[in-house]
Amino acid sequence: MNRDEGAEVVLRLDRISKAFGALKANDGVSLTLRRGEVVALLGENGAGKTTLMNILFGHYVADEGGVEVFGQPLPPGNPRAALAAGVGMVHQHFTLAGNLTVLENIRLGTEGLWSRGQGGARAKVERLSRDFGLAVHPAAKVGRLTVGERQRVEILKALYRDARILILDEPTAVLTPQESEALFATLRKATAMGLSVIFISHKLHEVMAIADRCVVLRHGRVVGEVDTHATDKGALAALMVGGELSLPRAEARAAGTVLMRLMGVTTPDRGAAPGLKGISLELRAGQITGLAGVSGNGQAALAEIVGGLAQPAEGRIALRGKDVRRWSPGTALAEGVARIPEDRHHQGSIADFDLTENAVLEGYRSRFSRRGWMNWRAAREFAETIIADYDVRCPGPSTRIRLLSGGNMQKLILGRAMAPGPDIILANQPVRGLDVGAIAYVQSQLIAARDRGAAVLLISEDLDEIMGLSDVIHVMSQGRLSPGFARGTMTAAELGLWMAGQKFEGADAA
Amino acid sequence: MRLEPIANPSALRRLGLPALALVATMAVAMALALVAGANPLAVLGQIAKGALGSKLAVLETLNRATPLIFTGLAVAVAFRAKLWNIGAEAQLYAGAILAVVLGTGVLGSPWVLPVSALAAMLAGAALLLGPVLLKTRLGVDEVVTTLLLNFIMLLFVSYLLEGPMKDPMGMGWPKSTPLIAEARLPRIVDGLRLHWGFALAIIAAVLVWVIQTRTALGFEIRAVGQNPEAARFAGMPVNAVLVKTALLSGGLAALAGWSEVAGLKGHLSSDLSPGFGYTGIIVAMLALLHPLGVILTAIFVAGIFVGSDAMSRAAGVPTYIADMLMATALLFMVLAILLTQVRVVRG
Repeated sequence: MNRDEGAEVVLRLDRISKAFGALKANDGVSLTLRRGEVVALLGENGAGKTTLMNILFGHYVADEGGVEVFGQPLPPGNPRAALAAGVGMVHQHFTLAGNLTVLENIRLGTEGLWSRGQGGARAKVERLSRDFGLAVHPAAKVGRLTVGERQRVEILKALYRDARILILDEPTAVLTPQESEALFATLRKATAMGLSVIFISHKLHEVMAIADRCVVLRHGRVVGEVDTHATDKGALAALMVGGELSLPRAEARAAGTVLMRLMGVTTPDRGAAPGLKGISLELRAGQITGLAGVSGNGQAALAEIVGGLAQPAEGRIALRGKDVRRWSPGTALAEGVARIPEDRHHQGSIADFDLTENAVLEGYRSRFSRRGWMNWRAAREFAETIIADYDVRCPGPSTRIRLLSGGNMQKLILGRAMAPGPDIILANQPVRGLDVGAIAYVQSQLIAARDRGAAVLLISEDLDEIMGLSDVIHVMSQGRLSPGFARGTMTAAELGLWMAGQKFEGADAA
Repeated sequence: MRLEPIANPSALRRLGLPALALVATMAVAMALALVAGANPLAVLGQIAKGALGSKLAVLETLNRATPLIFTGLAVAVAFRAKLWNIGAEAQLYAGAILAVVLGTGVLGSPWVLPVSALAAMLAGAALLLGPVLLKTRLGVDEVVTTLLLNFIMLLFVSYLLEGPMKDPMGMGWPKSTPLIAEARLPRIVDGLRLHWGFALAIIAAVLVWVIQTRTALGFEIRAVGQNPEAARFAGMPVNAVLVKTALLSGGLAALAGWSEVAGLKGHLSSDLSPGFGYTGIIVAMLALLHPLGVILTAIFVAGIFVGSDAMSRAAGVPTYIADMLMATALLFMVLAILLTQVRVVRG
């Protein structure tokens, strides 16, 4: 690849900041892209990658900072400006019309379909297609193309509009390995011809394969900028999820008996998301078990199993030494499993229900009704107790929960889950998207529950959080589970290797 | 232009917009009257007079409202759980059939009325059970299945009236054997043409309201309707809730047919319902799915129909104006409901 420190800077993002309420989605992010260079933008979900690109394309207006393309400042808030300046974007979800041909799709939106003869346009598309190795027939209907071919059409569309800068958002998420290789070949040709590419991803091996430079975002900030030839996957993973920062840590404690045990649990793959591959896991009383891993490696499937939303296809679940048969959210609750869901908006709460109704969602049958009649007075008192005990900032229990901030919503869900005194707690991304104060509060509650003797399973993509809180750490990769590592026995870089999947191969071979 | 959700709509927005929808409906009604060559204000006046102008008119309106309260409740209950029951018409006829089957001499006083009412409800519930099981088990769209059952049921009723249920004394008319006197619903007050079906409809509305607001089942129905994923996560038996909702909804719709036969007509004919099942959807939507609101909107809708009949005789404007009024009222109300939740922004 052609690395050249002296090459012309084609794109400069200068100290971009953007806040949504209390959440700083971008916090002083700077990025430069040179001619003929591939820069990878790395970061977990919610790190601020998408916000940054939306600002570049004028969908959002930055609170601070500016964008320069080829030395010219870009007017903020104008989606056409970036396109006109020669920046093309290929989205993860394609924006093509299936009933039109490749050529029609490429010309759609730039010129009228009947404005002039298609000959010139067709010749240009064929030339681009040849030059960049983007094999696709201009007259083919897009609806009949494979996903890989559609992506080529998207890239052709950008090139046809004379894009000199290509932004690819998770381009390999939908591709087979072979198609990914073909894409990389195209990108190498493109950079050789002087194009510049921003490659958004969280797949480390691809980033290592294609990028010259990596810019790593976390919590809206640039936490690292490294040359790919001077780094490795483990270091990148550690940068991405954190490991160099220190957070308050829980003191080690002696673990108690096994409260929940998974034995050889397997679940089917779901599309691109891997299922569980024969996982065995023990959750012990008085212990926080941390589950680290890059997003989309089977954590969601494990959370569904532990929370009662899915049954294992193979393998068994045992609670307090006894096998469970009919496993459902209801039985999980009845067995004292508290769940803090990953998606507090869609799974954890009902937006148009008020705080009282949301507070009793899980306990309405057992604790807030008698013979089918609701006891709303008790329900309201319960909601008021949670609001007071967990410091939920709200106008009152009759407020609809959609009006609460994420942190306050999470505190209500936490209060609801903790109220029956559960001894098994599943906390799936419990602090994602929360402000610092709420993070500390939720984490301290998990530690307090552990100190009372509960078994806590903490799932997080944030390695700092995992390392700070967990007594035992497991890593998931491609639906497989690493052995448990006791507190303090592993560095972030070593965990990063497990997260990247490398250590599994070693373990399998051994 | 795009729509932007409003986090917390003001009371003015929530009440003012539906009121505005009614005003707009009236304006359209006057325009229609003008097109028909009549004096708009006189037409509105005659509709009002025909619906409420005399004791007889009021009673006629309330009688007409009775089946609409039942079908409106059936729709309101189901839609609350986002179970799209478009088949209230079929369930109504199921109830009517049972009123005839059990009311023509099989049972006598005092059991015939309660037993036939209960059996009618079970028949209506059973009719909705199939579509809801297809939905929960196989993911079949209940809009299609419940809608199509309406036509199947109407054909079945025609068959019954030409065959097994045909009144031998009917002089060839397609109507059933009449009910025995003990199977008829008595009038609420002697001498006034208003039967007990109306009182039962009011009681049913209150009961549905109590179920929705005071019982665990009502809580489940609302939760499943608002967010089935969160309901499932919280341990609610989502499919069982949908089945229970369907049984309640089908049973309520069946009572509409039962009370029309037992309270008003005394026999079954294939023109028993001029689309009460479909009009129930309008009634429920206008009431914003509130069970007590259904009483008011059913009376309002019934009044428009009864009043339009009278107006038509007096002013020579076709009664189709009533159907057009219902349609515009529904459209404006749906728009008003939407606009209480979102605002239109430019750009």
